[in-house]
Amino acid sequence: MGSTVSSFLYLISGICFIIALRGLSHPATSRAGNYCGVVGMVIAIFTTLTLEVVQNYAIITVGLLIGGTIGTIIARKIQMTALPQLVAAFHSLVGLSACFVAIAAFYQPEAYSIGNKLGLMKTGALLEVALGLAIGAITFTGSIVAFGKLQGTITSNPLIFSGQHVLNALMCGVLITLVILLCYSQSPAAFWLIFFVALVLGCCLVLPIGGADMPIVVSMLNSYSGWAATGIGFTLNNHLMIITGALVGSSGAILCYIMCKGMNRSFFSVIIGGFGKKSKNIRKSQSESNQISVKEGDAEEAAFMLKQASSVVIVPGYGMAVAQAQHALREMANLLKAKGVVVRYAIHPVAGRMPGHMNVLLAEANVPYEDVLELDEVNIQFAQTDVAFVIGANDVTNPAAKNDPSSPIYGMPILDVENAKSVLFAKRSMAFGYAGVENDLFFRKNTLMLFGDAKKMCEKIIQYLN
Amino acid sequence: MSNIPFADKLENLAEEASELALNAANLSGQANTATLHYYSPETSIPILHDSGFSPTVVGLTIFVLACFVGYYVVWRVTPSLHSPLMAITNAISSVIIVGALIAASPDSMNFSSIIGFFAVVLASVNIAGGFLVTERMLTMFKKNLK
Repeated sequence: MGSTVSSFLYLISGICFIIALRGLSHPATSRAGNYCGVVGMVIAIFTTLTLEVVQNYAIITVGLLIGGTIGTIIARKIQMTALPQLVAAFHSLVGLSACFVAIAAFYQPEAYSIGNKLGLMKTGALLEVALGLAIGAITFTGSIVAFGKLQGTITSNPLIFSGQHVLNALMCGVLITLVILLCYSQSPAAFWLIFFVALVLGCCLVLPIGGADMPIVVSMLNSYSGWAATGIGFTLNNHLMIITGALVGSSGAILCYIMCKGMNRSFFSVIIGGFGKKSKNIRKSQSESNQISVKEGDAEEAAFMLKQASSVVIVPGYGMAVAQAQHALREMANLLKAKGVVVRYAIHPVAGRMPGHMNVLLAEANVPYEDVLELDEVNIQFAQTDVAFVIGANDVTNPAAKNDPSSPIYGMPILDVENAKSVLFAKRSMAFGYAGVENDLFFRKNTLMLFGDAKKMCEKIIQYLN
Repeated sequence: MSNIPFADKLENLAEEASELALNAANLSGQANTATLHYYSPETSIPILHDSGFSPTVVGLTIFVLACFVGYYVVWRVTPSLHSPLMAITNAISSVIIVGALIAASPDSMNFSSIIGFFAVVLASVNIAGGFLVTERMLTMFKKNLK
């Protein structure tokens, strides 16, 4: 196939990807969008297979079959609650395959017509290879650490040691020096050193970031995987890869921005990491000094309150995901609906461990799409709400974000559950949320605390509702 | 009569001018072919494309425009579908497989083609996994739509 035809087909494939993202503006069009994405990918693969340089079809078929089978099995078997880990693991694969392509291009530049028969490459091509390799490697190890933290194999607490930022800055410096060195000398030693330094840097960048900042990290890695694809696209002069990488990169960056805004924190402060560690001790001593008691309730009381209410807003948080309480919760909501109670769900942008995490879990539990509201929509409705049922969430409801300028979460947009006539908190204990701050809401007169596992609590409430 | 040498001169000038123009045309033609076939002496890589732009500049143009497209398209994605957005962007970023296929394709096995083979495997795990997980999620959302 001529290069004009293949370029044209790559363009069509790029358009398919844009339409795929466009489809996600509403659930009704989203599946058509996904199919469009699949079509785009099939066109991209077949176009590449018809290129003159591609000769060995056997090995390619084997590779596609092995990869495709593994991917299919994983996608079918995975639990929806394990979704954040899965996405992180997939990002690491993109990173690693970007590294592999960069390595292959470095050792066989003539296959991509970016070098001559002697294997000599232009400075520009070397720079692009180095960028693709470095971003790919950072994405790879960063995503593995993120995966470990989400899976629980690595502690989700921020890992901080003195001199960490100096070390990271030093590694960035070394990386830049190595890239310059590579551009001038095309030395394989510099190439491999870039690879290894970037691998270590990827780990060091994610380790200091704590569990609840994971939505930001996952979006960031999403963005990086796009930039890695773009880097490789520049290396190979492939416009489809540049377009797709730019789409993915900007998508991840936007998600990152939305998540940072949802926490009222700068991207930089998230990357520096260690949030919620220092403030913990100060706050603890404060709460010890003013011993106000909380009102503790049980499932029976909660069921009574919910039954009496005419409107209920449910606020799910990461605790619901951990307890896998979404099905029991929906069952409870259905019973209330059958009794004529208006039930809605309120989702904070940063609830859970990845953007849209709560929405997926509620969708899995068959919660009607229209019942799930976003922050701005629901906040104007809390004043007319009888009961706010907070399950496994804490910081996102803390009024300190509005009225305590000294609080670390000051300025963060919150769900105004305090405006509801009464508030039910289903929580495991009085433990602090991620930010390490006391929630004044627990001590208010109209708040009832329900201690225990979120799922069991819902099941008990269901019993009393019947 | 004094007009005749002047006319001669004019004629000469015109001839010279036309000759010059022809030379200029020749030169510009040569310059064009030189641009098309100009290889840097040490590397024998074509330095310029037919269009006269370096491929990096063309790539950069496309990149910047695609970033803008991405910006406007992604802002329109409804927040409830942010998880499927991550999964599908993850699947399409595996378009890196285009590079992997070229790396894995040579008839003879060497270091690059083996590395390329692994890249093909990894990218295709991602393609199949990414699109299927997206499909699973979107089916759940669709089902709950009235």
